[in-house]
Amino acid sequence: MFSAILVLGLMAALFGLILGFTAIRFKVEGDPLVEQIDNLLPQTQCGQCGYPGCKPYAQAIANNEADINQCPPGGETTIVALADLLDREPMPLNPENGEESGKTVVYIDEQTCIGCTLCIQACPIDAIVGAAKQMHTVIKDECTGCDLCIPPCPVDCIHVIPVEESLETWQWDKPEELPRPAQ
Amino acid sequence: MISKLFNFRGGVHVPQYKEISTQQPVRNAKIPSKLVLPLSQHIGTAAKPLVKIGQQVLKGEKIATADGYVSTPIHAPTSGVIEDIGDYPIPHPSGMSAQCIVLKPDDEDKWAELVSHAKDYSELNPSQLRNLIRSAGIVGLGGAGFPTFIKHNPGPDRVIDTLIINGSECEPYITCDDMLMQEKPEEIICGLLIIQHALQAKRCVIAIEDNKPNAIASIKNALQKFANDKIEIAEIPTLYPAGSEKQLIYTVTGKEVPQDGLPMHIGIVCQNVGTTAAVYRAINHGEPLISRYVTVTGDIGQPQNLEVLVGTPIDELIEQCGGSNTNIKRLIIGGPMMGFAMHQLDLPVIKTTNCVLVDAGQSKDLQARQHIMPCIRCGSCADACPINLLPQQLYWYSKSQEFEKAQEYNLFDCIECGCCDYVCPSQIPLVQYYRFAKGEIWKRELETQKSDIARQRHEFHQFRIEREKAEKAEKHRQKKAALANNKKTEETKDEKKVDQKQAAILAAMERVKKKKAQSDVAPKNVENLSEQQKQLIEEVDQRRAKQRQNPEQTTNTANKAEEEKSQ
Repeated sequence: MFSAILVLGLMAALFGLILGFTAIRFKVEGDPLVEQIDNLLPQTQCGQCGYPGCKPYAQAIANNEADINQCPPGGETTIVALADLLDREPMPLNPENGEESGKTVVYIDEQTCIGCTLCIQACPIDAIVGAAKQMHTVIKDECTGCDLCIPPCPVDCIHVIPVEESLETWQWDKPEELPRPAQ
Repeated sequence: MISKLFNFRGGVHVPQYKEISTQQPVRNAKIPSKLVLPLSQHIGTAAKPLVKIGQQVLKGEKIATADGYVSTPIHAPTSGVIEDIGDYPIPHPSGMSAQCIVLKPDDEDKWAELVSHAKDYSELNPSQLRNLIRSAGIVGLGGAGFPTFIKHNPGPDRVIDTLIINGSECEPYITCDDMLMQEKPEEIICGLLIIQHALQAKRCVIAIEDNKPNAIASIKNALQKFANDKIEIAEIPTLYPAGSEKQLIYTVTGKEVPQDGLPMHIGIVCQNVGTTAAVYRAINHGEPLISRYVTVTGDIGQPQNLEVLVGTPIDELIEQCGGSNTNIKRLIIGGPMMGFAMHQLDLPVIKTTNCVLVDAGQSKDLQARQHIMPCIRCGSCADACPINLLPQQLYWYSKSQEFEKAQEYNLFDCIECGCCDYVCPSQIPLVQYYRFAKGEIWKRELETQKSDIARQRHEFHQFRIEREKAEKAEKHRQKKAALANNKKTEETKDEKKVDQKQAAILAAMERVKKKKAQSDVAPKNVENLSEQQKQLIEEVDQRRAKQRQNPEQTTNTANKAEEEKSQ
């Protein structure tokens, strides 16, 4: 009886030590779920979800504070991917957050630009180059189309242009599903 | 003759329709009214134009240069004037335009000066040969258009054991390689010897499908002149897609090209007969790749093979073969199995255009399918797949957009040969689904890459703002500290100044006192005074002394006296 208690007690102590050691040794820094969610978001940092960027929205989803259908730039693809990751039901995009539209970028009408640097400060990814009283321009390849630079512009010289399909980005359409012939 | 052949799994027997275009000898196509030369006729980066609009060029002159490693130059197919450099429609399934050089022929067809290496190619080293092949702008003429010189560069420590010359031409309708083998077997064999020298290959095999007896006879006949026992001819069984590189390698050697690998990784290089002949022309005659054999066939008046200048508009080609542009329903570039239907007719022939297939609604086999039925899970597609994939699974996953699953089932190993499509009793366009899925996966991959860059940039943006804030705060703190420091030093300076002032005042007072004392001690002009004066001085002195003793009294009395006076 006594030896049994002793053995079990020792084993409990041993496993406790192992668990305690591994908990410290293999500690995961940060919340991996937030990272995983953030990886699925389109990183436009547009704030249409109601959060000040993709990472805060990912944090909110992970904390169950936000739904997975608040990201218009990601659209259905992102919602399905998030639903897959979080094991939730996919849902349609929340119309309050906006509509899913084609990819766009902005360009600055350089004739009108007065060089106020307001758009540079608004750009979340530093994709606008320029200096005070110098003409500004958008780095087209980096622009995510978040449109955050448009409201601060005092002379409305920033315009949205759709990204045109090129030979490099062209892809085959999904074959049309023909209706079944009548029985 | 080759001793043993291996049969790959799957494949389909398709009606050949090759006799349609082999009845006539190969003709030279007319020099067209204009030549449109896309800058990207190969896999890899587009070439960079070297010419300006209005410039006169000679036949074979380089008009665009390779830009990067996986790129080849482009040469003027005939002499003439550069009319334009700009966007024109190119033969691509998207129907889009790309940058092209437009050449207006002057009908003189005057060659530029060419350098021949006919005699001394065996003295050139593989690297020099590769450079010559590259500067001749040679790409794989079988259809994919991979720059040939890269295939000839297996790397320093890789030995190429076998060179396979691909004359199997397994797709229906296409006969340009067949005709080339019939008409120019010497060029193919000479080209083979050059490539063999460049690769130092031990074994050379010319593989021809056994449905081309004329081509086999022609090559055998030519081979007798060369008396080279290294060259074998493999008569491979006619089975689509026997001409596909991986299938052909398996048929000839029994070796499988690894997934994600190239034939050169297992010591094999495979080259199309057309490419081989082009290598011969480039080395022995110095001629760049400016023309090729093109099969014009299908529902057309005189189906035949033509030697066509690269850049010739296809509508002019169809006219020459007795076709009328008005009743064409569909124009397919390539064969019926793997070719692409085009959106328009004014497209140029490019280096990889092997066949122009016209569908005017006459031949039943060419017509697009009309009755797509649901999948009945018969499994015929899996039996037909030459890559041993599961086309049905790939179809379901592509259709439901479960792309990860599709990739798990090796979607990217699919060569889009169309066998599954061909055998499907429900006429499901399976390959279309795979192409869609591949495109979608690439697109998503690209988007992930872009969003990763955006995330990095955003994180850096935030880091930069934080850093600027910290820098500002630090500057502010430093300034404050400096200000406080300044005040302190000034205060101490002030104290010192005050001390100095006081000292000066004290010193001055001292000096005054001293002076006073001196003046008190020694009254001046006291000599030779009269008695009266002495008495007066004495009285004054006494009064002064009195006053010094009790100054208040005297002032009071003085005041009283004044008060009395005023009253």
